[in-house]
Amino acid sequence: MNSQLKWKFVLIAAAILLCIYGVIGLPAFPTSGAQIKQNLADRIKLGLDLKGGSHLVLQVQVEEAIGQRCDQTIDLLTRQLHDKHIGFGEIRRVDDTHILVRNVDPATSADFRDLINSQLTDWTTSPAAGENNGYLLTLKPSVIANLRTQTMDQSLETITRRINGLGLTEPTIAFTGRGDDEILVQLPGEGDPTRAKSVIQAGGQLALTLVADDQTYPSQSAALAAHGGVLPQGTEIVPGKSDTGSASDQSQVYYILDRAPIVTGQDLVGATPQPSTDYPGQFEINFHLSTAAAARFGPFTETNIGKRMAIVLDHKVYTAPTIRGRIEDNGQITGNFSEDQAKDLALVLRAGALPASIKYLEERTVGPSLGADSIREGVRASVGSLIVVMIFLVIYYRLSGVNAVVALLLNLLILVAFMAFAGAVLTLPGIAGVVLTIGMGVDSNVLVFERIREELRNGKLPAPSVDVGFDRAFRTIIDTHITTLVSAAFLFLFGTGPVKGFAVTLTIGLIANLFTSIYVSRVIFDYHLSKMDRQAQLSI
Amino acid sequence: MEFFHGVNIDWMGKAKYFVTLSLILLAVGWVSIYKRVVADHGTLYGIDFRGGTLVYVRFGGKPPIDQIRKGLQQAGLANSTIQGISDSRSVGSQNDVVIGLEQKQNDESLDAGKQKILDVLHSTFGTSNAGKPDFNSVTPSDLAALLTQKDPLLLGPTAADRYTQLANRLIAARDTQHSGIVSNFDELKNVDGATSPVIATLQNNFSLSNFAIRDAEIVGPKVGSQLRRQAFLATLYALGGMLIYIAFRFEWVYGAAAVIAVFHDVLITLGFFSLFHYEISLTVIAALLTLVGYSMNDTIVIFDRVRENLRIMRRESLTEIVNKSINQTLSRTILTSGLTFLTVLVLYLLGGEVLRAFSFAMVVGVVVGTYSSFGIAAPIVVVWNKYHGGRGVAVRVGSAAEKRVPAVARR
Repeated sequence: MNSQLKWKFVLIAAAILLCIYGVIGLPAFPTSGAQIKQNLADRIKLGLDLKGGSHLVLQVQVEEAIGQRCDQTIDLLTRQLHDKHIGFGEIRRVDDTHILVRNVDPATSADFRDLINSQLTDWTTSPAAGENNGYLLTLKPSVIANLRTQTMDQSLETITRRINGLGLTEPTIAFTGRGDDEILVQLPGEGDPTRAKSVIQAGGQLALTLVADDQTYPSQSAALAAHGGVLPQGTEIVPGKSDTGSASDQSQVYYILDRAPIVTGQDLVGATPQPSTDYPGQFEINFHLSTAAAARFGPFTETNIGKRMAIVLDHKVYTAPTIRGRIEDNGQITGNFSEDQAKDLALVLRAGALPASIKYLEERTVGPSLGADSIREGVRASVGSLIVVMIFLVIYYRLSGVNAVVALLLNLLILVAFMAFAGAVLTLPGIAGVVLTIGMGVDSNVLVFERIREELRNGKLPAPSVDVGFDRAFRTIIDTHITTLVSAAFLFLFGTGPVKGFAVTLTIGLIANLFTSIYVSRVIFDYHLSKMDRQAQLSI
Repeated sequence: MEFFHGVNIDWMGKAKYFVTLSLILLAVGWVSIYKRVVADHGTLYGIDFRGGTLVYVRFGGKPPIDQIRKGLQQAGLANSTIQGISDSRSVGSQNDVVIGLEQKQNDESLDAGKQKILDVLHSTFGTSNAGKPDFNSVTPSDLAALLTQKDPLLLGPTAADRYTQLANRLIAARDTQHSGIVSNFDELKNVDGATSPVIATLQNNFSLSNFAIRDAEIVGPKVGSQLRRQAFLATLYALGGMLIYIAFRFEWVYGAAAVIAVFHDVLITLGFFSLFHYEISLTVIAALLTLVGYSMNDTIVIFDRVRENLRIMRRESLTEIVNKSINQTLSRTILTSGLTFLTVLVLYLLGGEVLRAFSFAMVVGVVVGTYSSFGIAAPIVVVWNKYHGGRGVAVRVGSAAEKRVPAVARR
């Protein structure tokens, strides 16, 4: 064997060893059969369609967060205008990103513009069309874009914290295709996503608010009527459960609360479920406040002893106990919870609130048994057909067929190893990519062999025939492979989930195929030729 | 061993028959597609592209379809569909039923339909041990949590790991040995670690219904149309990319011919799909992409040979050259396509229900894709060059070796 050929062998052997290591040697070097099995299971990740589990796509209602910003600005602006004695007719919300201020007193319009320019830097002001002394405030596009990313990032973080709190194995939480407001949640092995879904969807906005009016009312209009149709400044009506204390009384009542909460969910440092001492059999959530919040909360409760404080969760009053003494840094939320409900609520409170509500767009659950069936049957069929193809290649091309079989097996090994190295996930469409790879692998070998046969028929000796055969077929193989790679690249760029999975396995497979069917196969031929007599017949 | 050596077929002479055949296939297929999309309100699209709810249920015995239908009607789900999967090749699947429901825009939540279907199943087929969770639909993690809590093996509170493993083995036994449905807890006695206290714990804490939910898919209507659009666009871009590459390597008419042929394959395969009452889902899109790859591969092999022969055979007409190129590559075409056909046929016959639609598309696609290379793509190149008086010379300088070959003058 000449030295050039020797080096080629070394290179191929190194590639094979590296691939075998990639398949069975990661993440820990295998010392036992069980470890190899474990490594395989760790590195060759199966998609939900093969393994079973839940797949959820949810949409964050980003517009809500923008609308909230608008509402907050209106609140702020109203207060500031009052404080600075700037006269105006009305402040009206036009839509999520526009506020109309009507009839600003011309005498104070300079003050008004100053206020806007100094305080509301996120907004641009322009004279409102068709209005006398009216101004239209528009939220800046850059601010909207910022708000969108912030809302999405925060939603993703919150959902991640919540899902992690559920203690499921290897969940995936990520932004996903279509539009810029969607999040994908995958829960492998989870056959019933009901609980996870409710935990994800819970708003989790906690507020402790002073009750402005000790009465509760059966309806919103009754609450309004009691105050002569106008609510006291800085208060709002919030629905809640009746507070008679009996679990059977579930009727809805309305409270009048201060608009500004004393403590919000952001002030929490912990929340744990515990059995209720007052209502046996029920559970409640015990929460702890941060030091900063406790420093506010202590003096506040002391000055308001005897008044009632509402515990509001997602804009609904759960309880409104009377403050009996100074409270420093903890409290309870009671509300006829079961143990599981209390557990999940505590988890949601710990994880923090969602910046906007969410809506489910897609939900798929693959039972583990269906996943297992599809793997078993799919793998059995694939292996079976692969064996048939290989037997045929050996019969049809004899010793050269063995060469093709080696190239095909190596192609598969490289493909699996690459996927293991990259931690790629194998899905059903991914298997489609493998099928195409095998097909093109077989084709590459057939192309080369048919070309060699043609040259042999034309009376050439084995060595030059192999030479010309590979040369000619090389161009064809390159063109077919690059064309398919180009399409795979487009599919990867523009496709979603399954289409992407197809593109990934196809790309890896085709590159591996170029190596095995052109390089490795050639080296084997060269070795064989170097061993045999120049005039001897080639087994093809 | 060798087949198909030295054939001499006038392929281009038969081009008009090929084109007629293609037109007939296209017409038949697309009448069927039209019927299913327009007349039957889009039943061609699977749940992925249409939006809706699908629940796969496996029963312990022959599915009581009439009872299910009655239960669904009583719950106000009269527009639901119930379909049996009669797949004799897959163990247990003859007891499977798919319940489908259209997604309505005004449903209060995405999974309202699924919940209703589950309620109907539980109330119709619930067992006497009602109120307790159903062992046939419990997940490994929930089972592990329960076992750890009840601790039938008296291992103490730190035994969560061992119970997790036991739970996994129990669920695996349920899903593999009993194809998803356990009818009696004693069936689990041969599971490693399932001693009588464990079986007793299961008996006390679970009910056994005679059905199990195997799979549930819910796709919102908006997502459905978005997915459809996205898959369509991705495919279109991919075709565009291939057109440009082939145009660059050969000549633009070759690229156009190859893309038209591939397009033709996709359309015909879709037609067959509709005729055989399969539904188009995301997995089928993957199959269509695969067939695009195959067909393109096949076409390029022939074009590549044409390009080579154009340089060697200076005297012959393009028609003769194309015929000769197809004949020269015929052996490889039949071999490759035959082997691929074999592979996907095995996949179709033995690959299980999940791969059924996928492999059907491939079986049709391999045949059509191979045929279109000589039946559609090659004739387009010949006819185009005939009308433009050219010989279709496709010498584009690709490699250094090619540069040494003097370029043949065009036209």
